[in-house]
Order: sequence, then structure tokens, then C-alpha cells
Amino acid sequence: MKCRACRSPAVIDVRRHNAAFCRDCFLKHCRDQVARAIHDFRMLAPADRVLVPVSGGKDSLALWDILLDLGYDADGLYLGLGIGDYSEGSGDHARGYAEARGATLVEIDIPAEYGFDIPSGAIAAKRVPCSACGLSKRHLFNHAAIEGGYDVVATGHNLDDEAAVLFGNVMRWDLASLGRQLPVLPAAGGFARKVKPLVRLGERETAAFCVLRGIDYIVDECPMALGNKHLGYKDALNQIEAQSPGSKAAFYFTFLERVSALFSPVAERDREGLHACPGCGSPTIGELCAFCKLVDKVARRRPAPAPAGDVGPAR
Amino acid sequence: MKVLLRNPRREVEVRGPVKVSTLLEQLGINRESVLVIVGDTLVTGDALLQDTHDAIEIRPVTSGGAR
Repeated sequence: MKCRACRSPAVIDVRRHNAAFCRDCFLKHCRDQVARAIHDFRMLAPADRVLVPVSGGKDSLALWDILLDLGYDADGLYLGLGIGDYSEGSGDHARGYAEARGATLVEIDIPAEYGFDIPSGAIAAKRVPCSACGLSKRHLFNHAAIEGGYDVVATGHNLDDEAAVLFGNVMRWDLASLGRQLPVLPAAGGFARKVKPLVRLGERETAAFCVLRGIDYIVDECPMALGNKHLGYKDALNQIEAQSPGSKAAFYFTFLERVSALFSPVAERDREGLHACPGCGSPTIGELCAFCKLVDKVARRRPAPAPAGDVGPAR
Repeated sequence: MKVLLRNPRREVEVRGPVKVSTLLEQLGINRESVLVIVGDTLVTGDALLQDTHDAIEIRPVTSGGAR
């Protein structure tokens, strides 16, 4: 195969675009797709201070790299999740990239700062690990952005992520989630502005970008995520994509163009009654926000400290 | 030639020459969900893998945790 742009030997084919690219033209293709998403959806202004949550994986590191190359003032945010060797490895990849690039990485260690790790938090909250992890990340990304004075949080959600989430939302006809599933969520009532600049790139492209750019990312999947529903949706969509390249992009972008606005009123109603959480000040519709509830449930499961003079059970 | 697979990490022995797309079909792997890496670069579906190649990896690209 030849590169579509320069006719050199190609190193990757992207069937969705019916195109193949050499290394340099592929890297340009990825940066162009991100720049186009930022422009088309009005995601970022040139002077914005951007916070990029980085896991050490391909998507977040590719995004951080591209935003820096495009000239944005982008800092990374790494959350220590306490998932054993996986968290140690992912942290090393995030720190390694930041150091090599001379970029600023903000770090929050959940076990050190909040007293629990994701596996124990999931047990305490009676949630699946990805649910406890997701709510912790959403809370702490938002909190870090507000506290740090950032204008916007840019996450590494790619086209495959968005198509799989859309598939799941449609399977359940979750109208409020469909109304919120946008590439840009404006700042409102204690929520920082959130954008997803990778929506025009599939995860095969973000992985290829890292390999060709020499970005050392964590390849192994999070052990907590294995077998989850989201991976099942991605597998189903990849089966369709293999038969009909471009299906995932058509599914997602046609939803944005023709359907998503229909569900916006449902999403807006869902946010009525938002107030500041008495525990942390974050917006919530409950008495406490979901993250403070999680911290509270973990604290209740912890054994009470031994009273003074108690030397423990007799042996 | 030896080919590295992941999740779980393992090696399979494959006889060359074989086209990348054919190899993926033989292994039952959807080409939309992987990259094929030879040395430090990528190869396209029509590339021919030879017995003389080393460091061949079929790397999954699907990630599915919470974001």
C-alpha cells in the first residue's frame, strides 16, 4: 500500500477513510483530525489553560502530545487509583512522558488523600470497580480543574469510546445520558467545561499514533476492566466495522447531527435541583455527592481504632 | 517466526511467508481491534511477514475502563 498523501510506502491503513499513510503523513492526519474537532465543535480557545487527565494509556498521552504540539497550554493530571501493579505501571508511563516532554503533571493519589483504593471502594459502595473508578475520576477531574483555575478539562475519549457509550445508552434508552453525550459540555454550576478532542480518531489510530511517535504507553488493560459491558459493546461494534468500515463514525456523528438535541431537555431536567454538596462543595442533586458518599461508605467499613490501653486479642 | 500476542501475553509460532490480513484471519482476530508491529514500526494488512522477521507483535488497541 502507498501513502494517500505522498505515495511513500504506507505503515497503516485506516479503512474508515479508505486510506493508508506513511509515518509522517499519519501523524499529521491525527493532529489534523484533532484540530478539526476542536474547530468544528468550538472546544478550545487559544489562550485556554487546559487540564488533560492522563492514565498512562494511549488515548490520554496521544491527546496531551497533540495538544502540546498544537500550541495549547496543557497540563496533565494523573490519579493514583491504588490498583496494585497496574497503577504503579500507569503512573510510571504518565510521569515518563511528562519528564521527556518537559510538561507539568499534577498528581492526586486517592489512597493517600482519601483513604481508599478503587477495589476496596467498589466493595464498600457495592458498585462494580469501573463504576466506583468512573465516579471518582469525574469528581476529582472536576475538582482539580476548578481548584487549579483551569478553563477546561480535555479527556481522551475517542470515537470508539463514544460509539460504545452511545450503543449502551441506546440499548437502555437512557434519555438523560443520551442528552449529555456531547463532545463539549459547557461549564455550569460548579462543573468545569469538558471537551473530547479525540472524537474524530478511533482507538486504533491513537495507539498507532503513540507507536509511531515513540510514546511509551501502558499496553496492558486495567485488570478491573476485563470482561466489562463497555468492552462487549466495542467488540460488537468492531464486528460491524469489519464488515462495513465507517459504521462507527456514521453511528456517532449522525447521532450528534440529527438526534442528540432531541434529548437535551431531558438532560437539563436531570440537572434541576443541583446544589453544593455539604461535604466538598461539588454540585449534586443528592444530599451528599456520589464521591462523598463513597468516601463515607469506605470509612464506615473501616474497623474502629482500638481504645487506649487495648493491646488486642489475647494469643 | 514467533508472534507475540497479549491479553493474555503469549507467543505463537507461525510459518511464513504470510500476509498480515491472512494471519489475523487464521488467528481469528478482528483487524479493527489490533495493530501489527514489526520491530519498531507498523505494517499494513497487505504486508508479507517472512520467517526472517523478528519482534512481531499483534497488539490489541481496545481499552474499556472508566474514564
